[in-house]
Amino acid sequence: MTINRRNFLKNTALTGSALGLGFYFAGKETVLAKVGQVKELELNPYILIDTAGKITLMNPRPDMGQGTYQSMAMLLAEELEVDINEVHILMTDGKQKYGSQLSGGSSSVRVHWEPLRKAGATARTLLIRAAAQTWQVSEEECYASNAKVYHKPSAKSLAYSELVEKAEKLEIPKEVKIKDKKDFKIVGKAMPRQDIPMKVDGSAIFGMDVKVPGMLYASIERPNAIIGKIASLDDSAAKAVNGVKQVVKSSRFVFMQQAETVAVIATNYYAALQGRKALKVTWDCGEHAKFSSQAYFDKMKAIASQEGIKHEEKGNFAEAFKTSAQTLTADYETPFLAHASMETECCVVSMATDPQAPIQCEIWAPVQGADWLLGDLQRALQIPPDKVKIHVTFLGGAFGRKAFYDFIVEAALLSKQMQAPIKLIWTREDDITQGPFRPAMLSRMSGGIDKNGNITAFEHKIVGGSIQNQWGGLQKDKADEWAMEAVSPEKDSPYAIPNYKISYAHAETKVPLLWWRSVYSSTNAFGHESFVDELAHLGKKDPMNYRIELFKDAPRFEAVLKLLAEKSKWNEKLPKNKARGVAIARSFESICAHVVEVEKTKDGIKINKVTSVIDCGMYVNPDTVRGQTEGNIVMGLTAAIKDGITFENGVVQQRNFDTYRVLRLQETPEIEVHIIENNEHPGGVGEPGLPPIAPALTNAVFALTGKRIRKLPFALDEV
Amino acid sequence: MQFNLNINNQSYSVDVDPKTPLLWVIRDTIGLTGTKFGCGVAQCGACTVHLDGLPIRSCSLPVSAVKSMKITTVEGLSKDRTHAVQKAWIAEQVPQCGYCQSGQIMSAVALLSKNPNPTDEEIDSAMQGNICRCGTYIRIKKAIKRASLELSGKNTK
Repeated sequence: MTINRRNFLKNTALTGSALGLGFYFAGKETVLAKVGQVKELELNPYILIDTAGKITLMNPRPDMGQGTYQSMAMLLAEELEVDINEVHILMTDGKQKYGSQLSGGSSSVRVHWEPLRKAGATARTLLIRAAAQTWQVSEEECYASNAKVYHKPSAKSLAYSELVEKAEKLEIPKEVKIKDKKDFKIVGKAMPRQDIPMKVDGSAIFGMDVKVPGMLYASIERPNAIIGKIASLDDSAAKAVNGVKQVVKSSRFVFMQQAETVAVIATNYYAALQGRKALKVTWDCGEHAKFSSQAYFDKMKAIASQEGIKHEEKGNFAEAFKTSAQTLTADYETPFLAHASMETECCVVSMATDPQAPIQCEIWAPVQGADWLLGDLQRALQIPPDKVKIHVTFLGGAFGRKAFYDFIVEAALLSKQMQAPIKLIWTREDDITQGPFRPAMLSRMSGGIDKNGNITAFEHKIVGGSIQNQWGGLQKDKADEWAMEAVSPEKDSPYAIPNYKISYAHAETKVPLLWWRSVYSSTNAFGHESFVDELAHLGKKDPMNYRIELFKDAPRFEAVLKLLAEKSKWNEKLPKNKARGVAIARSFESICAHVVEVEKTKDGIKINKVTSVIDCGMYVNPDTVRGQTEGNIVMGLTAAIKDGITFENGVVQQRNFDTYRVLRLQETPEIEVHIIENNEHPGGVGEPGLPPIAPALTNAVFALTGKRIRKLPFALDEV
Repeated sequence: MQFNLNINNQSYSVDVDPKTPLLWVIRDTIGLTGTKFGCGVAQCGACTVHLDGLPIRSCSLPVSAVKSMKITTVEGLSKDRTHAVQKAWIAEQVPQCGYCQSGQIMSAVALLSKNPNPTDEEIDSAMQGNICRCGTYIRIKKAIKRASLELSGKNTK
């Protein structure tokens, strides 16, 4: 039974959503090079082998630091039997044949775990078949190793490059065998990352680094309250700046909203910035200019007192709450946050001046999902996907922000107006003040315990804005499914609490919202895990051992906490000036728990150490798992103890890293990460370390000071 | 205005507005893109280069202030990633997104060339101007210590 190549994706359980064209080399030396000058044969969409011996692996998941540049290639190389350090790795371009190409939701490894290995195994099978036919021997006598096929009895061998022309003509086998975990040669090993050498000498090409002939630079002034119209504009001084070519009115599309903007186009970026500073522009932001984040939290508190929409319930919370020996209700608040990746939003877009040109729009950009970008371009600019060519660069951080393509559309509009390629660079102030932001959320927690201190009733009511409703996705009388992360009594937080309810209440806002690393898991876990801690203390129970007991029917959770208790020496007493806190969360199909140790010093509270355990099932690279967890801890600590995004009169009050501060090296605690070994299907790695860090910290602060932190961010020197 | 710059021991002649920050001259006029833009106000350190061996934030230094001082960028550390700090960065697998790492490396090189054996406090103080949003700080610290071993001759390998 054979299948043709067109059905390859279908048969390897991948699906695609968009079309595209073109390839991109991520290294500097080939930044503008095109595939096509080399004769290459495609054994399947992910594997190209040329007759001279070059092996190219197509990487469907953009790398924003999380390690997909390596992990996707490792899955292919493991089964293809090639040396990961000898292959070329290219980013895919959004074309449908590559399937889903969005780096998001910590999904890359867990989605591609089997399909990419099958792609590798399929190609290997074809190459072995081609060799067996050449030698007229049985395939069973042949095996592949290090880009060659060997005939065991005779020790003859042929390189893949010698076999590829024959292999390419063979029918693709429907069934291929992929390896068991015990047979992995590279998957599961701490292999040095192939992108890292390029990142120590400046040769890795990010979106910020792209240059194309004839390009102009743009900087854009946008409404101070994000959405608005130009009330008045005097651009005479801007146009007088040396190097400024033009000042144009343009637009920014923010979900279903649209902002008028003023773009300054210049021959160099500094001139564009100077021109922008010289603009005299006033805005009419209407209702948007009235937004206050404090008022929004007041509104959320009022909404939290309403019944809300039930999402999931075990037992009967209301009844049990009424009959509990002691009850507690508390609100937990998490702020709006900006992503603030080190590389701001930037891109180069070149719109064709000839309407007959086969490519109407060419893009070089740090984007999380080229396939999604194709859809956005079609909607905003009516460019069909087959007339777009996307070159995905390395992403200088993204955290969700670069899965929203407003900045690409901005540059495309300007390129069209100026009839020239445009390099658009957002300033740091643009990045921090213009959103979209992580939603500000409120958790109304209610719980009760019996006379023995056991939790009898527990409710988490999630209140806040809806990311999906910006596309009109929210259904009336239904909870926002996207916002229910990390709290499901069944899957994500399986405490043995008999009456356990998750509910939702929508708090409408026009503030643009977006996925921010670990999304609603980051906001939900704070209230959820803090409140478990509150109830444990109310019942005079040890927060770690109490949780372990409550996970008696959830062995993976129990195992994580048991290892964490051991590694953090939880049961060893600390001196009075030190204390520990614990929290656990399951998000993106992985479980992660942290113990934070804090100390009282004369300058306030100091975070000494974070001990962490993650169960992400099987993994590709344990060093990447550790690195991502370390990074999640640092980013989560920043979110907990640095600055939130606040609004007054619709204007964001933070502007750059002086007012929107980020944890620095000297503030970073010691971090120790342990990985659970098992044979479970891979879970996410890029995000699950983040949600439990804030509650682990504030639980530690409570243990140290008796003060319960219910609002983030908070200052360690002000507790 | 015409400026003669010495970057990585090569001379470049550029014609730019004297107030143009050195960063944009290095990146856009000369084309050495290893040095990054992160904040524009000397808050993040992504743009760190050396002027006569001292680390400075090139986003906030007008090109006219450079005069005859020698500029070193990440591209000038070695031809083949063999500077002790680059080797340590690879050995400790420091970078994630990698965008801030040129600046981190330049700050570390400046520290170690002056003080090959820094204490923890000296590392903290030399690196506090460099932000890493991916949170690679503990590996940065480890890599600096590893490079220090080699540079101070204590590395037995």
